[in-house]
Amino acid sequence: MPRLFRTIAPLAALLAGTALGAEINVGVTVSATGPAASLGIPSRNTVALLPTTIGGVKVNYIVLDDATDSTTAVKNARKLTSESHVDLLVGSNTVPNSLGMIDVAAETETPMISLAAGARIVEPVDEKKRWVFKTPQNDQLMATAVARHMAARGVKTVAFIGFADAYGDGWWAEFSKAAAANKLQVVAGERYNRPDTSVTGQVLKILAAKPDAVLVGGAGTPAVLPQKTLVERGYKGLVYQTHGVANPDFLRVGGKDVEGTFLPAGPVVVASQLPDDHPSKKVALEFIKRYETVHGPGTASAFAAHAWDAGLLIQAAVPVALQKARPGTREFRTALRAALEGVRGLHGAHGVFDMSPTDHVGLDQRARVMVQIRNGAWQLVQ
Amino acid sequence: MTLDVALLLGQDGLVNGAIYALLALALVLVFSVTRVIFIPQGEFVAFGGLTLAALQAGRVPGTLWLLCGAGAAVAVRDGLAALQARSARGLPRTLLWSVAYPASMAALLRLAPFRSWPAWVQIPLALALVVPLGPAVYRLAYQPIAGAPVLVLLIVSVAVHMALVSLGLLLFGAEGFRTAPFSEARWDVGGIPVGAQSLCVVLFSGALIAALWLFFERTLHGKALRASAMNRTGARLVGIPVGLTGKASFALAALVGAFSGILIAPITTLYYDTGFLIGLKGFVGAILGGLASHPLAAAGALLVGLIEAFASFWASAYKEVIVFTLIIPVLVWRSLRTRHVEEDD
Repeated sequence: MPRLFRTIAPLAALLAGTALGAEINVGVTVSATGPAASLGIPSRNTVALLPTTIGGVKVNYIVLDDATDSTTAVKNARKLTSESHVDLLVGSNTVPNSLGMIDVAAETETPMISLAAGARIVEPVDEKKRWVFKTPQNDQLMATAVARHMAARGVKTVAFIGFADAYGDGWWAEFSKAAAANKLQVVAGERYNRPDTSVTGQVLKILAAKPDAVLVGGAGTPAVLPQKTLVERGYKGLVYQTHGVANPDFLRVGGKDVEGTFLPAGPVVVASQLPDDHPSKKVALEFIKRYETVHGPGTASAFAAHAWDAGLLIQAAVPVALQKARPGTREFRTALRAALEGVRGLHGAHGVFDMSPTDHVGLDQRARVMVQIRNGAWQLVQ
Repeated sequence: MTLDVALLLGQDGLVNGAIYALLALALVLVFSVTRVIFIPQGEFVAFGGLTLAALQAGRVPGTLWLLCGAGAAVAVRDGLAALQARSARGLPRTLLWSVAYPASMAALLRLAPFRSWPAWVQIPLALALVVPLGPAVYRLAYQPIAGAPVLVLLIVSVAVHMALVSLGLLLFGAEGFRTAPFSEARWDVGGIPVGAQSLCVVLFSGALIAALWLFFERTLHGKALRASAMNRTGARLVGIPVGLTGKASFALAALVGAFSGILIAPITTLYYDTGFLIGLKGFVGAILGGLASHPLAAAGALLVGLIEAFASFWASAYKEVIVFTLIIPVLVWRSLRTRHVEEDD
């Protein structure tokens, strides 16, 4: 009998804990392995830095890896909602993974904060997507910044070379629109694959079109290859990259060949150079300090900051929801969703979040700055 | 398309094709000797390049831990086999390769200032770290089931590929690396710029292919490998140890793979998972040669490189589709031309 009791007691305690709902469970799925691992690993590192009590209630973070596979991401979301009964889903790092998870979030009525950039994750806010929020800026916000900067520098013709995937397609679509609005003529649109070892063919075609500027629509270190090839082939015009390259590894791999590149980025990338009255400066510096204390100097990246912003949203919304209902219940999840939608004027590392029933990103032009690579470092362009 | 562009694309295609040709040769070699379709071939490309990049950055490459782990596993396996056979013959040799060798490498990396060494010392060091993994993989994954049907060996290859890619992520991280170029020199040949590095890739590939040819035609070990490729049973009957030829062919495949990785690391960014696609294109080349003929495989691989270069100019979004669709007409043609023989496993 005592042996049976010893087995049952912890189990009973566990059940009691669940029933009381004294703790908040946050389910996180990130792409810590696979092609998007360079986004997923910083996200996972950041989640480990998030506060474990909010409003006096203990918060558990359950982190799973989806290997950059959308099927696994959906499976993780199902597991987190049905087995761990999470109150909130966070993730994943790529657009396809996040799109897949929307159904699970809507079906189980669990609010979800995506860490991927694509606008179609949260737009238009409909019956399903009312449960979904995201922290990274929309591509459209960044694409208009690039097009405007080009127009201001007197660029007339521009060529595009991007990934042959959702990231490249998204940028191609948004940049085409922004270019038309700024009277830029797009003279070439080329594609390449992330693991490609040569883009000579595409670059030759771009050079034949003689553009004033080239925009590379790639993320992370694979975006170096087209630019290196352009330099090798003697291209002298302006080169633009997207905010997807804003991590230290891009500078390391690119070296002197990426010198002079312009790119749009979240303010966190150049936090220390921001004017003191910039709303993100304090938060961004605080985040960088926390992250680099644990992982070493120079390690904090824009991708990690998206996860930090998700943490800030949680810290803003949970105390509001706690007044309405107890964690672990359907009422709590509904209240949490409403509280997330009600976040106004929250200063994050990437900008100011002003959520509304029609806008589940809530970022405006304060969430982007133009940056130039000078002397192997990111420099704020005034 | 002007002549200039065509020449530049041709040059690019030849450089990539030379690498595919090396891998195609290694794949044909491994297949003909052991009947293994060596999918993990590409991983050795990535490991070779990343190991050299780590050495140049002054970090102890993760391959060392892989080497130590594989060595320990081989020692345990061979030790158990010796216990079962109640014979210690061959044990000293095993211990030398699987314990003493990784240990001395570890000591060397700990003590030596390898970061400041010139490239021609760092490259053999990188090869010394990666190449022994080939025979170790054969000993651990393939030798115990050497007699299994081709399909089983193929499935094991997929498993080994998955395991090595995952280990690559663990040891090297998700980010890409480049190595310092052998030379930054560029020349104008008839108005077309030719980079020294591209020239190195073609020259060294050619040299390695010639060395392989000499090895197979002129040395006893090479002839033994060819004999076991032609007829395993016959080779065993005349006293060629088939287990040893398997290990030798894997060592050669690992050498070719790692060397290819070192050749391309200065001209492209290498990731832990880059190798798979490169290996796959080498495989397409090998298929063009029917997985049997070395010269045809090399020619097929060069063709893959050229088609890839021109496809990336005309229809960049469909480049991979074009390259891999190439395999269909070739298979149809081959199956119409050759009489199908049931495999007698």
